[in-house]
Formats: sequence, C-alpha cells, structure tokens
Amino acid sequence: MAAPMNNVCKPSSERLQVNTTSFQKKTRSKLISIPGTRPSVQNGQLLVSTGVTSLDYLLGGGLAVGTVLLIEEDRYDSYSRMILKYFLAEGVVCRHELFVATAQESPDDILQELPAPILDDVAVAKPVEQPRLSGEPQDSLDAMKIAWRYQNLPKVQSALASSSRFGHYYDVSKTMEEEIRQAATFHRFYLPDHVTPSSEAHRVESYSALLKSLQEVIQREGFDLATPMSKSRNILRVGLHSLGSALWGDDLCCHDKPSNSHALTTFLYGLRALLRSSLSVAVVTLPSHLIQDRALMGSITRLCDNAIALESFKGSERETNPLYKDYHGLLYVRQVPHLNCLASQLPDHKDLAFKLKRKQFSIERLHLPPDLSETVSRVSRGELAGVASACGSSASGNKNLDF
Amino acid sequence: MFTELNSILNTSPDSFSRGEYILVSETNTDASFLIHHFLSFYLRSRCRVCFLGLAQSFCHYSAVGQRLGVSLTQAKEKGQLVFLEGLKESLSVLIQQENIPENEAMNFLRNPSVGLKSLYEFVYSSVMDSVCMEEGGEEWGPPVLLVDDLSVLLSLGVHVGAVLDFSHYCRAAVCSKLQGNMVMLVRCNAEEEEDEGDEGSKALLRGLTHQCSLNLHVHGLPTGYCKDIHGQMEVCWKRRQGDVPHLQTNLFQYKVHDKGASFFARGMSSAVL
Repeated sequence: MAAPMNNVCKPSSERLQVNTTSFQKKTRSKLISIPGTRPSVQNGQLLVSTGVTSLDYLLGGGLAVGTVLLIEEDRYDSYSRMILKYFLAEGVVCRHELFVATAQESPDDILQELPAPILDDVAVAKPVEQPRLSGEPQDSLDAMKIAWRYQNLPKVQSALASSSRFGHYYDVSKTMEEEIRQAATFHRFYLPDHVTPSSEAHRVESYSALLKSLQEVIQREGFDLATPMSKSRNILRVGLHSLGSALWGDDLCCHDKPSNSHALTTFLYGLRALLRSSLSVAVVTLPSHLIQDRALMGSITRLCDNAIALESFKGSERETNPLYKDYHGLLYVRQVPHLNCLASQLPDHKDLAFKLKRKQFSIERLHLPPDLSETVSRVSRGELAGVASACGSSASGNKNLDF
Repeated sequence: MFTELNSILNTSPDSFSRGEYILVSETNTDASFLIHHFLSFYLRSRCRVCFLGLAQSFCHYSAVGQRLGVSLTQAKEKGQLVFLEGLKESLSVLIQQENIPENEAMNFLRNPSVGLKSLYEFVYSSVMDSVCMEEGGEEWGPPVLLVDDLSVLLSLGVHVGAVLDFSHYCRAAVCSKLQGNMVMLVRCNAEEEEDEGDEGSKALLRGLTHQCSLNLHVHGLPTGYCKDIHGQMEVCWKRRQGDVPHLQTNLFQYKVHDKGASFFARGMSSAVL
C-alpha cells in the first residue's frame, strides 16, 4: 500500500480511513487504515482513544497521533496512574504496541494491573467450534428460528480480530486476562537497568538513555514515517510514568533552584521531535505538585501538546464537603493543541470534575447542588413535632423531642 | 495574511516599511497565529524569507500556510524560503549517531552554554545568499527573518544573555545592514508575586522590547476565559519623529478562526453586540 507521496512527512496530514463498513470505495491511491484509529471530524487528523471516552471528548475526539498528553499527577498518584493504565489497556485492546518506561517500579507491575475490558465485541482466541452440520436439522431448527440462514456459519471467531470500535469501557475491579495481555507486544524501559542510580552520569543521562531507547524501538519496529510503507502500519503507545521525579536523577522536585533545570525540557523537545516523525502517541505523568517553579511548569506545559491536571479530594477537607460528594476530584485542562490549523478546539467549560466508577471514568461539568438551607427542614420537623405533642401526651409544647 | 491586521499596522504586501524589528510577545496565551500571518504576508510580498521553525514541524506550518493561501513547499523549491526545522535537526544532535550528518545550527543543544553563534551563522549565510544571487532565479525583495519561538531556546538551556546577543546580531545584520525585516516570538509567564521564578523570560522580554521597533503584545483577557474573545493585543509603535521618540499604543481584542483572525476594538466583539 502506498500513501500519497506528499503526505509522508507527518501522520496528522495523512487522511486515513477506518474500515467500519465492508463497502470499499475504489480509489486510485490506497489509504492506510490502522485499527483503533479514526480521523478527526474537525481537521482530518488521525486520532487514537485514550481509553477514557470522556477524556477523548475533552481533547476534541481523541489523542492525535504524534502528540504528547501531559497529566499532572494528583497527590497520591492514584488517578493519574489509572488514566495511564486505561491508555495502555486501550492499546492492548486495539492491538497497538506499547512502550512503558518507569523509574520507580518495574514496568511489569503496571502491565499486570491493567483493567479488564468489558467485552462485547472484542474477540478473544477461543477453540474453534465445529460448525453445525446440516445433518442435525432438529437442533438447528430449535436453535435459530429467525436467522436460519446463518446457522451453518461458525459460532465464534477463530482468530483474534481487533475491535472496530473507537474507545472501550473497562472494569477496574478486575485485571486484564492473561490471554488478552499475551497477545500484545510490550517494550519496557526500567531505568535502573540502563543507568546505575548512584553513578555521576545518572543525573544527566537518564533522559537521554530513554530518548535513545525510544528511538531504537521506533526505528526497529517500523513506526518511523521515513521508512518505506509496508503492508501494515501500527501505532506505538508510549507511557512514561512520573517523569521529573527524583528517581529519574532530576532535582526539579527537590530544590527551588534546580541545577539542571533544562534536562526535562530538552527531553520533552526531543520527544516531540520523535513523535512528530513517527506513528506514535505518548502519555507522560509528572508530579507537578512537587515542582516549586511555576515558570518551569509553564515551559513544560508548552512543550507538550495536550495537558491536563488532576486534583483529587482524597485526604483534603474537600472529601467530606457535601458539595463535592459526587466526585473524586477536579480536572483542569491546561492546554489544548492546535495542530495544522490556526484555532484550537477549546473546551466549553473549564470547571470540570471527575469520578471513577467501576465501569467508567467520567468527567463532568462541576455542578454545585442546590442550596437547601437547614432552616427549611428544621421548621417542618418542628411543626410535625408540635402537632404530635399536642395530640399526644401532655408536653409543654416545646419543639425539641427528647428521646 | 489577516486583512484586518494589515489595516491596523498600515501595511500591505506591496508597501511595507523596511528595517523593522517586530516583536510578538505573549503572556499566558498562544500568539503563534501572528507568526503564520507574518509568514504568509512576507511570502506574498515576494521577500526572501529565512524561517527558524523551532517549535513545530514543517508540515504544521505548511498546512496552516495553505489555509492562508501560500504554499511553503513551493516557496522552498523556488528558493524563496529557507526553513530550519528545529525538531528534525535536533534529533541528530540529541541522540548521537555517527552516520547522519547534523546541521551545525543546532549545535547549541549539545552544550547550551556555548551560545547561539552557529545558529547566527546559519541565519547570516542564508540571508546573505539572497543578496549575492545575481544570475538566474527570480528577483526577490528584502530579506526577512522569522523566529518561532525564542522561548524554546530558553527551555533548551540557552542563557538569556546569549539569546539577547543573538537577537542583536541578527538585527544588525538583517535590519541595519540589509534593510530587511525581522519578526520574533517570545513568551513570558506573568507571575507578579513570585519574582524569583521567572527572571529569565522577564529579562528577555524587557531586553527585546528595548531592541524592537514594533511590539505586538498578546495576552489573555484579564477577566478570565471566554470562548468568543480569545485575547487582547496591544500594538506599540516606537517611531522617531525628529529627535523625539514617539510611543503610540493601541489596544485590540481578537478571535482566531479557522482561516484567519478578526480584530476589533474592546467591547465591540460580535458576540457582545
């Protein structure tokens, strides 16, 4: 398959088609379709799902291929880690390849915790059942009374087929089954394997080692746009956990005036360069609450295309505040990109809150409940009490009931 | 090219003042739409353009340029546009590879304390080429240098003094010597309370404002976020009439569309009226 010649430079300038119907238009130039992606309705960019459908809606339909999503972690890194796991699980379901880099724990720990997809159309390899022979008319007549035409077709799909839907739902109370996970390709980068933590080079080289490893994976596995088009292209999903923390050899989070303040920003610049020239998409989580320098956060945000920040209510006084009882935290959209166009798709509302339910991570506009003041209910209770005491035993007419 | 902005600045592709240093500064907002405007403006007026696109890839600029009516790929082929794609060139420096030749201009990534001398030499050679080209080719207008954006250099570790030196050398070469124009984009985070956080970019902004002849300062609305009005733009001219420097300031609000931007006086947005 050959893509049009002038569109080789960047993924978002390719016009791509998702096979949702069996009808194929006859075109002279064959367009590539990659499972799990769809073109944006606004500007034709190739989008992938983040795994959270409401986050997809916030970002303008999905995450554009070739961009970075920055998630500023909440205090205990619970919900940002959850979104990272959703992102990786979506990659497994869509048959994309994954690249996970961590410094704190092994990447396998994150990969073991991926949530289980709620399957109705994700096919898993099951043993092939024999198609029913027409020599058993009684059973087949009982089995399918309406759709008798299809009774001779095999009942289950025998091969792993990628789902044609964009965006799936996950059940966070269960982890992904082993057989689904085995089908996916993972690339791991665990920092202590590459750079010893106590060496002098640790401070400087951890980011460049990560960049080099990522470039090797991109070039080796054929995600680079410069390589000639093979018959099938895939997307590489990159998940970088807790970048900028002290375990990456960076003292951004430890000091007010970090000694090497541009190491992370140079890395993000190189990451942007790598992503723009390949079919990959990255999600980076950053403990921004540890970084004192607001201006540095500003330049980090500018070097990433999408940026959101999470603030969870856990452990703060807002957890017991009745105003926020429906939600788990607040979500701020720091930046929305404008790629290949002048205007960006700004969100309608800026006051957003999120809630992690068992089967959905929902992001909604923060609605304050109506203000029912307590005097209203107290008067009604008192009136009832007064009526009761008047009819009942001789009370002194006081409104307070003694139990 | 935004026609309303042309009328605000009293310029047109046929007649514009030469030797100008236009500084586009932004605070807490994104003013790169102005860079796209100036790029399409100078390409339309048949100037030789040297564009340092450090922030985004070439395809992004050419896609926006097509919406504004200029073709960057054609301009590059004809020799009108010299484009330095910072992202692509930086990879060969950041990840050392032996077999890929690297562009000298991005050498500062390897050791940011060295300064931007090689970047300046790249600019100088591409700008001087346009002047020395006598035979063949087409006659181009004065050379123009566009930089998007200078704050990326700061986040890559270059010192503020080196960026100011670079800007001064470019101004001396392009504006004074060759009577060309220069447009640079710089970003500043406005944090009034924390003075120690952002000294670098504030000092850079002050130094560049002193050097420039026209300052387009873009910032968000002071009252907060609005979907119909994307921000405010302050236009400051520094003109010399006789011996007296004359500072003239105008304030506009703007909204960025798909194919352009509209500018209006404060309070005159179509959403309000």
